[in-house]
Amino acid sequence: MKIGRIMKTVFMIDFLAGLLIAIKQIFRSKKTINYPFEKGKISPRFRGEHALRRYPNGEERCIACKLCEAVCPAQAITIESEIRNDGSRKTSRYDIDMLKCIYCGLCEESCPVDAIVQGPNFEFATETREELYYDKQKLMENGDKWEIALAANLKADAPFK
Amino acid sequence: MIYINIFISEIYKIIFLLLPVLVSVALVVWLDRRVWAFVQKRKGPNVVGPFGLFQTFADALKYIFKEIIIPASANKSIFILAPVVTLTLALIAWSVIPFSNEMVLANINVGILYLFAISSLSVYGIIMGGWASNSKYPFLGAIRSAAQMVSYEVSIGIIIINVLLCVGSLNLNKIVLAQQNVWFIFPLFPMFVVFFISILAETNRPPFDLPEAESELVAGYQTEYSGMMYAMFWLAEYANILLLCALASVLFLGGWLSPFNFYPFNLLPGIFWMVLKILSLFILVSLVKAIVPRYRFDQLMRLGWKIFLPLSLFYVVLTASFLFFLDILPT
Repeated sequence: MKIGRIMKTVFMIDFLAGLLIAIKQIFRSKKTINYPFEKGKISPRFRGEHALRRYPNGEERCIACKLCEAVCPAQAITIESEIRNDGSRKTSRYDIDMLKCIYCGLCEESCPVDAIVQGPNFEFATETREELYYDKQKLMENGDKWEIALAANLKADAPFK
Repeated sequence: MIYINIFISEIYKIIFLLLPVLVSVALVVWLDRRVWAFVQKRKGPNVVGPFGLFQTFADALKYIFKEIIIPASANKSIFILAPVVTLTLALIAWSVIPFSNEMVLANINVGILYLFAISSLSVYGIIMGGWASNSKYPFLGAIRSAAQMVSYEVSIGIIIINVLLCVGSLNLNKIVLAQQNVWFIFPLFPMFVVFFISILAETNRPPFDLPEAESELVAGYQTEYSGMMYAMFWLAEYANILLLCALASVLFLGGWLSPFNFYPFNLLPGIFWMVLKILSLFILVSLVKAIVPRYRFDQLMRLGWKIFLPLSLFYVVLTASFLFFLDILPT
């Protein structure tokens, strides 16, 4: 037994086996993706940048129930509401501090009308801090920009909700 | 006037040796990273230039424009001198390496002794850097590096004696020419393996990269260095690896000789075979980097002093008695 082990050491059997495996691995396909040009697959549940959605007729979904504000563990959401001329309650202010946000997804979960959602976008780095204090306008713009992807993701995830 | 002519022609020769060496060092760094990445199923640097070939030049440019920070407690003059010494020693050793029968800058009679002296001196650059930084990690790294390089120099020296016994000359070109019939890797195969492992230890490559073990010593003796001074250490390291690969191919793989001395092979110039041999050895070195874990320091010392030294000494005796009793000692 011991002689076998000594022989193994002297002839560097383990080392040569490792070398063989290394050489085999060289010809396998590579796992790296060329990130800015190709991106990894993202789940429909991915919790990325926030967006406020609209109904297909262009009316904003948010009814200013403030459930998201209440549930937000980081207290990143600030909402003020008002009664619009047609009698419906809408938000006059909807701010998310993206620096406070912990991307837990509770706002999306709590929303009764699927207004606030977290989309598939994760590339929203900015050069200044101020740009990450999102206001209602920015969130609505996000919603308009990503609506197709957001709707598809909600639909894909609907059976599991 | 004649002195100036000689001076200029020598400078010309030196530039034509050093520029290719430096460029190939840069390319070899790329090769090393690529091989390492490929073994780990990554792509490695592939953005800058074709196949990422210019990655190292981009890195070098970055290092040049970075600020050089000298620690307040450092010994300033020695701190600056250390990378210069290391890089100079790594480059001047190339002067005796033969790339073909005529292509050698200094065809001196004691070429192998010169190489051995230079590679022993290169410990000084590292010790100077580690000591002058006046900081704990560089100091520990330098101590480890010095101990390691000195131990493995001994076994390398004795392995070289093995080869010299078969050649009967210290001239590197004569060593190459002595291998026309059979490369020394065949009769001296165990010595080649020991020499290859000693190369890894001598140049602080994994599994013997204790001097710059990043999980223990940050970056060893280079910790306090930044900008171009760091890049010089880094260039010197790879120049040293290439140099020892070149030395191994001269000593064991027949240097610039073609593997077969018949028609399609002996047309190619010697430099082609030399570069091919250096590169294949280098690829082996980078493959080893990808597959082995780091040695403990006492294991490293045990391997050097208790195994390699007696083994190579025994092989010297074996070679000498073999040559003596068969009466084929070279004259």
